Amino acid sequence: MFADLTDRQWLWCAAGFYTLGLLMGTVSLLRGQRASGVLIYGAILAGYLLQFVGLGVRGHATGGCPLGNRFEIFQFTAWSAITLYLVVGVTFRSSVLGYFTSCLGAALTLVSLSIPAWDAIRRAHIFGGNPWIELHAALAIFSYGVFGLTALTSALFLLRHFSLKSKHLGGWFSFLPSILDLDHIEFRLLGTGVALLTLALAFGSVYWSRDTATVGHAKLAATIAVWAAAALALGLRAIGRLLARRFAWTCLALFAAALLSLIPVDDSRHPETVQASERGAP
Amino acid sequence: MSEACLFVIGATHHNAPLEVRERLVLASEGDIRKDLSPVAALRELAVLSTCNRVEFYGVASDLSAADSVQAAYCARQRFDVAEFERIRIRLTGRDAALHLFEVASGLDSQLLGENEIFGQVKEAYAAAQASGTAGAVLNRVFQKAFQAAKHVRTHTGISSGTVSVANVAVELASNIFGSLAAAKVLILGTGEIGEGTARAFKSRGAADLAVAGRRQERAAQVATGLGAGIVHFEERDSRLADFDIVVCSTASPTAVLSASAIGKAMRKRPARPLLVIDLALPRDVESSAADLQNVFLYNLDDLAKIAEANRTAREAEIARCRAILAHRADGLWSHVQPYLASGSGRGPESGGRTPGAAGHAAAP
Repeated sequence: MFADLTDRQWLWCAAGFYTLGLLMGTVSLLRGQRASGVLIYGAILAGYLLQFVGLGVRGHATGGCPLGNRFEIFQFTAWSAITLYLVVGVTFRSSVLGYFTSCLGAALTLVSLSIPAWDAIRRAHIFGGNPWIELHAALAIFSYGVFGLTALTSALFLLRHFSLKSKHLGGWFSFLPSILDLDHIEFRLLGTGVALLTLALAFGSVYWSRDTATVGHAKLAATIAVWAAAALALGLRAIGRLLARRFAWTCLALFAAALLSLIPVDDSRHPETVQASERGAP
Repeated sequence: MSEACLFVIGATHHNAPLEVRERLVLASEGDIRKDLSPVAALRELAVLSTCNRVEFYGVASDLSAADSVQAAYCARQRFDVAEFERIRIRLTGRDAALHLFEVASGLDSQLLGENEIFGQVKEAYAAAQASGTAGAVLNRVFQKAFQAAKHVRTHTGISSGTVSVANVAVELASNIFGSLAAAKVLILGTGEIGEGTARAFKSRGAADLAVAGRRQERAAQVATGLGAGIVHFEERDSRLADFDIVVCSTASPTAVLSASAIGKAMRKRPARPLLVIDLALPRDVESSAADLQNVFLYNLDDLAKIAEANRTAREAEIARCRAILAHRADGLWSHVQPYLASGSGRGPESGGRTPGAAGHAAAP
């Protein structure tokens, strides 16, 4: 029965579990209760595993890491953010972070699944059999997922900051982690994202230096701009020049910029294409 | 065959003011157990004795045993029986079980929703077990009370938030720093309220405390009591950057911490938040300090409002808790009552102990 499921059907199931986590968290918060961290974590884990299968099926079909169109990039970004949440979330002990992660997972997967045009054309063998380019792309998108989780932590930081400054500590503000913990995790996550993106660009630059015509100017400019902005934010935070609310807003803006940068990145590629209908996708 | 019964008799803070409860405090639980040993009708007994209540939970072959408990207790405390009858609670059957559920849940506590009572009920039950006076019925009733209490504390807001100013201050610090183990606390002022808040911080894990007072000898005395260090009052501005939490409660007629001094301290530690709790009247800290980045300033009114909001939130949960507990008490009673009515040898739990064996062994 499951063998007959297409990659998109697996990914719909994954989106369903992320949405379930989102609904459980929303219901708990509306009731003024703490959401069950175990249940939300379980829903996210189930969604993650299903998404892993879906992306695996897609990767097998396209002959490489499934990063061939906007749909796949969004799916991979969500999967990357959730990979990190599943590791960080356990130590974070915050069901609110799980709730926000399920929001991000549901949003990215549902949006990408709901826009058929994003998946109308699939590119196969986009890395030309070069594993270093594949690693470059996977690391870069993974770093974007890390920026996604950083943005979620920043959103929690801003909520906690608002609650403390406005002196509203009750209701579901009481479920938020401490502001110092959020600040530390924000900083570490941004550091991880910058490190991963730096590695991705290092791998990519080796390939690019051999043949500069292979990468479009728009993609190059967008990617370097995101990396530079992230590295600058990290540096300013490290020396105490970008702190608290301003740092949190910067992390949110950075993730938005990272998502927007995917447009020129995606548009700059024109390798071998396969119509979705040719592979019997729903 | 007579019908056995479950009862509770005692006095609580609802009807007995402090000076009366002082006279009702049991000096020794063992003594009252000895006093009650001749009461043949009494099969099971548990005694709950706290600063807010003295309650006897019993299972007896007839209700006259409750009167015997009352008489023995009043005699031991040299307390007038007529006066006791005016202030006492005396409940039987399902109502007695429901009362225990409410007590264990903190619903009957003076400080609504407090947690300490749960441990005290557990101790009372453990003592009854240790003395062999908890039989089949009390075992069942107490265990169900613990389950019910855990359920309402987990699934309602009856225990959420804190309702005393000192604990609100500590809760606030936890919202900023998480664990307080590494937080450095400066107590500015040596008044009772500052000292009480410092103790609350200490009880929640803050290990690095320092006291600064305008009267050095009093500051030293308070610091010794708290196991804290001393900071010279005149050095408070220059040392401010060393601390994460500052609790101010001096009697100074003017502000003792200026916004500029706090701003200067923050420039030395920009990434680390500073919580300033101003419990003084008139205020010790310039209110414009609240606008500084990473500074969180709370005064007495702010803390009182939070405590009041928490209390209101807890009170809003009472009806919901009562409904849950009543439902659970009904469920329990549907199992216990047939057993008590029959007076049979089979306990309310499946495969339970025989009441005779439990009862005779348990009779005090």
